[in-house]
Amino acid sequence: MSDTAVVANTGLAKFIFGRLTLESFPYHEPILVATFAMVALGGIVLLAALTYFKLWGYLWKEWFTSVDHKKIGIMYMVLGIVMLLRGFADALMMRAQQAMAFNGSDGFLPAHHYDQVFTAHGVIMIFFVAMPLVTGLMNYIVPLQIGARDVSFPFLNNFSFWMTTGGAILVMMSLFIGEFAKTGWLAYPPLSNIGYSPDVGVDYYIWALQVAGVGTTLSGINLIATIVKMRAPGMTMMKMPIFTWTSLCTNVLIVASFPILTAVLALLSLDRYVGTNFFTNDLGGNPMMYVNLIWIWGHPEVYILILPLFGVFSEVTSTFSGKKLFGYTSMVYATLVITILSYLVWLHHFFTMGSGASVNSFFGITTMIISIPTGAKIFNWLFTMYRGRIRFELPMMWTIAFMLTFVIGGMTGVLLAVPPADFVLHNSLFLIAHFHNVIIGGVVFGIFAAINFWFPKAFGFKLDQFWGKVSFWGWVLGFYFAFMPLYALGLMGVTRRLRTFDDPSLQIFFIVAAFGAVLIAIGIGAFLVQIAVSIWNREKLRDTTGDPWNARTLEWATSSPPPDYNFAFTPVIHDNDSWWDMKRRGYVRPLEGFRPIHMPKNTGTGLILSVLATAMGFALIWYIWWLAALSFVAIVGVAIFHTFNYNRDFHIPVEDVIRTEGERTKLLAAQAAS
Amino acid sequence: MNVTTPTINGTEVPVFYVVDEHDHPAGSSTMLGFWLYLMSDCLIFAMLFATFGVLGGSYAAGPGPKDLFDLKLVALNTAMLLFSSITYGLAMLEMMKGRVKSTQMWLGITGLFGLAFLCIELYEFHHMIHEGAGPWRSAFLSSFFTLVGTHGLHVTFGIIWLVTLMVQVARFGLIEANQRRLMCLSMFWHFLDVVWIGVFTFVYLLGVLR
Repeated sequence: MSDTAVVANTGLAKFIFGRLTLESFPYHEPILVATFAMVALGGIVLLAALTYFKLWGYLWKEWFTSVDHKKIGIMYMVLGIVMLLRGFADALMMRAQQAMAFNGSDGFLPAHHYDQVFTAHGVIMIFFVAMPLVTGLMNYIVPLQIGARDVSFPFLNNFSFWMTTGGAILVMMSLFIGEFAKTGWLAYPPLSNIGYSPDVGVDYYIWALQVAGVGTTLSGINLIATIVKMRAPGMTMMKMPIFTWTSLCTNVLIVASFPILTAVLALLSLDRYVGTNFFTNDLGGNPMMYVNLIWIWGHPEVYILILPLFGVFSEVTSTFSGKKLFGYTSMVYATLVITILSYLVWLHHFFTMGSGASVNSFFGITTMIISIPTGAKIFNWLFTMYRGRIRFELPMMWTIAFMLTFVIGGMTGVLLAVPPADFVLHNSLFLIAHFHNVIIGGVVFGIFAAINFWFPKAFGFKLDQFWGKVSFWGWVLGFYFAFMPLYALGLMGVTRRLRTFDDPSLQIFFIVAAFGAVLIAIGIGAFLVQIAVSIWNREKLRDTTGDPWNARTLEWATSSPPPDYNFAFTPVIHDNDSWWDMKRRGYVRPLEGFRPIHMPKNTGTGLILSVLATAMGFALIWYIWWLAALSFVAIVGVAIFHTFNYNRDFHIPVEDVIRTEGERTKLLAAQAAS
Repeated sequence: MNVTTPTINGTEVPVFYVVDEHDHPAGSSTMLGFWLYLMSDCLIFAMLFATFGVLGGSYAAGPGPKDLFDLKLVALNTAMLLFSSITYGLAMLEMMKGRVKSTQMWLGITGLFGLAFLCIELYEFHHMIHEGAGPWRSAFLSSFFTLVGTHGLHVTFGIIWLVTLMVQVARFGLIEANQRRLMCLSMFWHFLDVVWIGVFTFVYLLGVLR
């Protein structure tokens, strides 16, 4: 840490431990020690419980090594929710710090700690909350919506999940071993270069994102191949459910942007490790090139996050309005236009770079144009609701909150897209309010709509209404209380990432914002209670039909939760609301003629590779070269060894299929009788 | 596919599921998936080319392309890689005919050409570093070493992969899975060739003209 004398390793200790010393453990920071004690205690209790209830074998066999897209999807969601708690703890600390640090008070966070907190908050929320939640959702829903039994590359899917988890583990390690980056979530050089950030923080940042990035890119490739190749017969592109469409566009964006992130972070690591001059101030380096490159990834990234949720809102709106989606074709084209335009706007993140009026105008105009297809979507949802029989269930409530909130965020976005206005608002709290407005109002509300909508599909029972509503109001009101003051502050010229303030008249705004954060905390707490209460009352909330909302797309045609093989017979599609079409035109569920079903086998290789990759990341962060080399060789070795296994699939015996389908038949009969 | 069957009562009831289903052939998406991977890799190279484009003139009062590049050596190097692509193509032709031995022979020759390419590249790098023109000397050299080195790293992995596949062909023969793998490596290998042509043109030839 920066406030203690650096005790460097020498000789053998240096060879074995690199730059990892006792001083690397922050035992002199009371906040971190207390956190560590709590995490350790919680961890020990969890591990003990798993051992006591003999769950290790079950977890390993049924979950960790599973290549089932449904289980991997659920694991992604769990990862996202766990990391949400960490990322939100950072948010609470920032809001508390800023509400306190007035009238000469320094608040409770020292500068080097505060800087880590806001960096970690951004990194965690984007990479380890939003991304896993979105990826998990696509993983779970897409194969079901297109009538497939799994994704194209099931092993790769498992591997991708574990790589994402490996990145998350590296970020969490930085809390207790060493420190995290103090640079802000995109780690701009020259600050992030070795001269100004000689500590391990930026290295944690780099390797966490690199390890997770491998997973994200591969899962993008996997889902594109799945959607292109594995659709049920009859499902042409223009008969795909809209969520599948938006997922396809998102994954195209992933494959077309994450390699850039990988490459730009690789260049930054070369600067830091090898001493190259890509982003240095001297010897010809150019720091602004980093800013350009990272935003060529970064802008598509925000569309990667929001597009699948646009799909969710479309499914939810048409289901709970009892109508076909208004303007399906225009929705598809709007999504495609957004996909393409998202590559032509990156420079609006730094109009102040000084690239001149012509360049700024170009990027300002392309940015404003994006609001046209987005606006078309909003109108499509409104027209879907128009004259529909709207059911105000939880998913629909989240959707309506989204429409109201997101439109505000969209409009402040258009304001920021005007270069002269941006020169005033750049890096102000107005910007912070804007992107939280679209990310909370769009991505987070969408995730909650999706969780409430598809939870009964994944687990066979609905989520509790009361606690769902508490969570809803906590989040929605909390958002407005937390971020509307920031808009005002931003217009007054307050910039982001400040730790203390001089002007006492601003304090009230920060206190209101902190109150909003507390409301959001209630929203998160209520969500966890909602899950617990629903599990407790699961018999009462049970859904035996597989279609609790009278919904429209194919995933509702199978049981809840779906069997391992999803569909006993591959469905044939005639309409883009295929399940609705099946219900309307007298579909009869087949009761005989079952066949053995061809499925992929589970494997532990993905987990092993990810553990090795995480170890390699850790070794590189701490300059433990022998471990880095060893784990690298092991990764190559394990990967090659895995390719010698040609026996990767099996057939689910027909008796198992008959038994599973027979149980469903009984359930449906009981349902019809009651 | 026939999607409706006329039934009793004169109304048409559509077919809603496939009755006589066949297993998905293993690896039916592999070519598409691998192609997508190659495109993502291509983006990494595109980004490195762009970086070279921006920084390629930033010599920082150090040596430039004219002082460093030996076009004869690079021409020899290029020849090695282009020959390796031809021999890989010959290996694929033999694979199609199901001849294990000659497939293996051409694969081996491909690997040797690849190895020769790497050796020449390493010699070039060593020579430059020895002359004080290492990647830390200037932004031009940083981007040069990174672009060319990334390509070399890919060739290295290609060779490791090639050897692995040769062992697998020797052990299990030209079974369908192995043919598919050889096909993927073939795309990878030719892709590296295409990238090299870009490197040769933009980095070496245009560099010397600069």
